[in-house]
Amino acid sequence: MQTAHDPTITSYYVTDELYRELLANFTNWQREELAIAAPEVRDHFRLLLEREARLLDELRFDEWLAMYAPECIYWVPGTPGGGDPRREIAISFDDRRRMEDRIYRLRTGYAWSQAPKSRTVRIISNVEVFATGENAARMVRSNFLISEFRVDGTRFLSGWCGHRFVQIADRWQIQVRQVNLIDCDRNLRNPSIVL
Amino acid sequence: MAATADGDSGAPWRLEAMLEKLNPPRIGGADLYDWDELVQEDRVHRLIYTDPAIFALEMTNIFGAVWVYLGHESQIPAKDDYITVRLGLRPIILLRDSHGKIRALFNRCAHRGTTLCRKDKGSARIFTCPYHGWSFLNTGKLRAVPWPDGYACDFNDAKYNVAQVPRVDSYRGFIFATLNLDAPSLIDYLGPITKPIDEWLDRQPKGLIRVCEANRLKYKGNWKLAYDNSGDGYHVVFSHRSLLEMENRQADVANKGMSYYKGSPDTAPMYIAYMGNGHHFKDKRPNIQKRAGGLWAVEGPAPGSEHYAEALRRRFGAKAEDILDLASSEPVNINVFPNFSLLGNHIQVFEPISVDETDVTWYGTAVVDEDGTMQGAVDEINALRMRTQEQFPNFGEVDDLANFEEIQRGLACQEDEWVYMHRGLGIPGRVKRHEDGIITAPATDEVFMREYIKEWKRLMKTAPKLVVQREP
Ligand code: FES
Ligand SMILES: [Fe+2]
Repeated sequence: MQTAHDPTITSYYVTDELYRELLANFTNWQREELAIAAPEVRDHFRLLLEREARLLDELRFDEWLAMYAPECIYWVPGTPGGGDPRREIAISFDDRRRMEDRIYRLRTGYAWSQAPKSRTVRIISNVEVFATGENAARMVRSNFLISEFRVDGTRFLSGWCGHRFVQIADRWQIQVRQVNLIDCDRNLRNPSIVL
Repeated sequence: MAATADGDSGAPWRLEAMLEKLNPPRIGGADLYDWDELVQEDRVHRLIYTDPAIFALEMTNIFGAVWVYLGHESQIPAKDDYITVRLGLRPIILLRDSHGKIRALFNRCAHRGTTLCRKDKGSARIFTCPYHGWSFLNTGKLRAVPWPDGYACDFNDAKYNVAQVPRVDSYRGFIFATLNLDAPSLIDYLGPITKPIDEWLDRQPKGLIRVCEANRLKYKGNWKLAYDNSGDGYHVVFSHRSLLEMENRQADVANKGMSYYKGSPDTAPMYIAYMGNGHHFKDKRPNIQKRAGGLWAVEGPAPGSEHYAEALRRRFGAKAEDILDLASSEPVNINVFPNFSLLGNHIQVFEPISVDETDVTWYGTAVVDEDGTMQGAVDEINALRMRTQEQFPNFGEVDDLANFEEIQRGLACQEDEWVYMHRGLGIPGRVKRHEDGIITAPATDEVFMREYIKEWKRLMKTAPKLVVQREP
């Protein structure tokens, strides 16, 4: 998408229109008839997800951000099924600028919830790719298990992701990532890592 | 205990041990500790944060004997609606019964004690116990028992109805409850803190809000660490340094968010006020330019900020500024002892789980526009208000909670006994006592902690009579 504004500095693309499209794109998309079984397609997206997981485990946030389209959303719903972010608080709902804020904060050295930093290992599995109405857009479902060690022990965060990939200039970029924690509507201890 | 399992069950030593369990030597806190030793003028003993016996006593003397916040009326808008919550450790079904009355039922079957309702929210006229099928109306009254022929008793006896909290009352939509018949009325308990609560509500159209899900957090630490923090102006620039740097990283003038704490916060116009009964109020509004759009001007960046601001200004001209202020964080902390805070646009609720574990839930609130005075802007402003509200729990609160956990860890040092809260104490003219009993001090003063913990101490010395009620 061509834009007059730099989405790292201002937020003009989070509009009623964006919310409407987001809800439409994330409703009833995991349909059998849309599943793409071709191994090379699944492999392609699986590799992208594995790369994203590795970059996050290694705190290589600039490269992680570069996997996203310029106008993107990182969405961690607080309601199973996603809910309506126009009317509800989410655990996180970041646009490009807020994703960069998130990274900036973690790098200040004063983000006490991440000082010392968590060590994480992510396992991504059950990758399924779904076609959409658009040629240059794919939806990808994957399950995740994050093993997180910090200060006094190791814990597990688990759930599934819905990625919406869009093809821009021959490259598949993440436009939206919806992270669905299985315990998203429960009180969470120190949810300060990028999921 | 296991060690006695195959001993003679009639042995007198065992009976004695049992009796002691049945009749604990201490009921009420009078002789658990010398409370005046634990809570002094300038400091408190670490035990008040670490001792399970003190925690157990708090679950009656505080979370039982005083008005405790349970929920907001917008969470149970219609007859038969319910949510499940806690009063201290007691599981509660907070509901609006089929006649419209708000009740707080113990979520505990009158038969053998199982919880009747396991969902977070819903609508039900009848609760049927999953274990043996006893069913109850949402008034708490027993409705039916399977195979009643097998009972000789009279099921019209009130003792078979579900126990409920005898006193449930609302203040402008906020529902509180207490098991203590001797407690003052809710309105008297709240006292002068109703004024900032009213002002907080009345900046919204018709003074209405709707609860709209939450940022739900927990930490491994005592619940009072959160209440100590709720009026603490001393920690802001240190504990939230990463947030302040973040939200000002692109600002021309670094005035976003709580930037007014930098420099010399004690000479800024904001102040802390102790309001009686353990309540306190941090008023940061005087720091903000009193004009339409004044709050929006210092609100940190949020997803959609620029788009919605420009769209509203195009549509409403100068009037857009008032509307944008509704998406901005109200600069107050209104803290009602022991578990309720209004801050920014959030309702924050503290729920103790154990002596060193606490849930902190930041309920979001949305603007309600019943009569259309906002000309359709309400949906847009709420879309923006959801995003501004997500900021602090994501980038601010997590750091406080990490610090609370580290306090709890530090307090494991048994020989280093004292926790200080004496900032401002003994400086002539700094703390002001007003005629109406309200005490005010500069923003970073700890007087509100000293005063609320005095009230805590008073309550811990009492032996309140807590009772339940059942439908007749
Ligand atoms: S415990 Fe509820 S019916 Fe038996
Ligand atoms: Fe704080």
